[in-house]
Amino acid sequence: RKIIFEKQWFYLDNAIGHIYGTTFEVTNGGNLQPKQEVEETTTETKEAGTDNRNIVDDGKSQKLTHDDIKALKDKGIKGQEIVQQLIENSTTFRDKTEFAQDKYIKKKKKKYEAVITIVKPSTRILSTMYYAREPGKINHLRYDTLAQMLTLGNIHAGNKMIVMETCAGLVLGAVMERMGGYGSIIQMYPGGGPVRAATSCFGFPKPFFDNLHEFPLSKVQSLLSGTFTTETLPADAEENALVEEESNGLTEEKQTSLQETEEEPAPEAAMEINPTEEQDVMDVNSEDVEFKENKEKENKENVREKQIKQWERRKKLLEAAALLREKNADGLIVASKFHPTPLLLSLLEFVAPSRPFVVYCQYKEPLLDCYTKLRERGGVINLKLSETWLRNYQVLPDRSHPKLTMSGGGGYLLSGITVVLDKGKSDSSNSEALKMEEPSSKRCKLQDLPC
Amino acid sequence: MSFVEYGDTIKDGDTAIVFLGHESMFPVKVQHGTVTQTKYGVIRHSTDLIGKKYGSKVTCSKGGWVFVLHPTPELWTMNLPHRTQILYSTDISIITMMLELKPGSIVCESGTGSGSLSHALIRTVAPTGHLYTVEFHQQRAEKAREEFREHGVEHLVTVTNQDVCKNGFGVSNLADAVFLDIPSPWEAIAHAKSALKAEGGRICSFSPCIEQVQRTCLAMEEYGFTEINTLEILLRVYNVRTISLQIPDLGIAAEDNSSTGFDSSNPSHQGSPCANLQQGTVQFKSGVPLREVVGHTGYLTFATKS
Repeated sequence: RKIIFEKQWFYLDNAIGHIYGTTFEVTNGGNLQPKQEVEETTTETKEAGTDNRNIVDDGKSQKLTHDDIKALKDKGIKGQEIVQQLIENSTTFRDKTEFAQDKYIKKKKKKYEAVITIVKPSTRILSTMYYAREPGKINHLRYDTLAQMLTLGNIHAGNKMIVMETCAGLVLGAVMERMGGYGSIIQMYPGGGPVRAATSCFGFPKPFFDNLHEFPLSKVQSLLSGTFTTETLPADAEENALVEEESNGLTEEKQTSLQETEEEPAPEAAMEINPTEEQDVMDVNSEDVEFKENKEKENKENVREKQIKQWERRKKLLEAAALLREKNADGLIVASKFHPTPLLLSLLEFVAPSRPFVVYCQYKEPLLDCYTKLRERGGVINLKLSETWLRNYQVLPDRSHPKLTMSGGGGYLLSGITVVLDKGKSDSSNSEALKMEEPSSKRCKLQDLPC
Repeated sequence: MSFVEYGDTIKDGDTAIVFLGHESMFPVKVQHGTVTQTKYGVIRHSTDLIGKKYGSKVTCSKGGWVFVLHPTPELWTMNLPHRTQILYSTDISIITMMLELKPGSIVCESGTGSGSLSHALIRTVAPTGHLYTVEFHQQRAEKAREEFREHGVEHLVTVTNQDVCKNGFGVSNLADAVFLDIPSPWEAIAHAKSALKAEGGRICSFSPCIEQVQRTCLAMEEYGFTEINTLEILLRVYNVRTISLQIPDLGIAAEDNSSTGFDSSNPSHQGSPCANLQQGTVQFKSGVPLREVVGHTGYLTFATKS
């Protein structure tokens, strides 16, 4: 299968069998070859200038033309050689400072050396990738914000978690990774079924999915009021709906090669997806998610099969409902495009006391509203509205400086801890709420201030 | 209860967190017969705590009440006795994710310090992983061991009292991740490399000063680490406040008796302010930043062993 990524195309066949982390070169035929560790010969003492006062950027310093370069490429000359040629044919290269030369070489290498590294997927990789390439699909949830959610929510093996997200399944995957297959998760979903496109990119073993349940949001009210039945299932309506599948991973889009597989709403016993449909390939850190499972072709369903499926679905739904009814979940994670307040007010009912919950919202204002409504409801303490700022640094000898500041683009979190809800004594919780809302200039409110 | 497993009711020997109000809480060792003093009065463990559900409201002798919470590494971080400067949950969160930690991971850490990060790491790698933590200060190492015992996690952690720069972590070719929070991390890079598994291990070094970071990055490069990347993360907390702003008196126009056109029905940027023109104020909810915020904890440098 051909993968196209950032103007490179290649076949992954030769990658199979190598360890994760191996770096490959793309040959002319589009095949991958393990890259040899080459000693950087270009770092010997060479000519360099002191500053750029005499360097004029007139676009004429490179003597090789587009055609020349193309000819080199067609001849099969390796990227390294091309870069060397470019350096030799640049009139200004030796006038540049050493730093500028370094930068120039790096830039040319990136353009002409087709080097790919194949990496094992993880929350770190997938969340940074999604944020960089498809932030819209994950409500602009930045990876450090996701990291906060996982820790604030005390996500760990053995929990019974409720997850409500519309982030293509990335948040669900991150939660599953931190639970290591232990415990259970009930994923709440809007519409016909949960989207788990990103989840399949993690490459979890099948048993991880044994304790993953799902429950439709549209049935939450009925469950809370005790009128829940399995009569009208959202999935039934989509029974015969066209299942959007990417049968082939090839994409012409230059922006991204991420594909979403809209899975059939019915929770299948085995989540069998063609893993190669989700090829997330990155520049220098290109990833190839290697899965072992293959997608079964959807057979034409006859009536009997349909009935069996419906029955199975009902059974799973009842299981999920039973788990929720116990009202003893160990935590709640919400990260969706919906207004958070109604979600929190209803889903918190299923959470045991003294358990953390975290809500993500791309915007601050809905969380202000959420905070207020939660105070009115009671049964929560330690409410905190926060945001994280992230700054990457370039650390090079004599050239260390921050690269960019990411803030305001990563979303906001509202976190807290549940307590036993005093339904009758709302007065006392209100007075406590008032007590907590009073601005106190005296108190040290800083969470992170070293005391 | 345990720091790695939730329990429902408070038991004798548990470590519980007593919550008195906004950011006011402290840990307590639950024991039959003991009492704990709070500003709301006395809490008698035998009657008020043991057997109660975590998250319950407990009324103290003077009539005021508190909540008793199940411990978590995050609550522990906010309440533990400091023997050294500690790492807070903001840094801990990004460290955990960037080191790709999960149940079953083997992690090495130095220095143990006050055990703030240690508890979080243990929680994440449980039940099948392990934390090897090295502390060169004898008393701190011993105190850490004691705390891990009390918190029911001693089977998941090994505390070694030695200098990591001289003697390493005590394991080789095993760890999925290594974390360094020491004054001269570049001196421990070689040991970190040997502790890490053959391929794909992750390393993180935390240093307050950029000079330390520079030396560490060089050392990492020298020892063949790849994907070297330095970042810092800061937390911004917002207080939710209802704000009232006065409407200025700009006088009245000649004929009409409306004011300057600032209308209660005119939606402003803040959503729907409740204008109270009689009293001349507009109310709205705002997320107000704290007056003083943390500006810097340390730089985090991550890399991968190739």
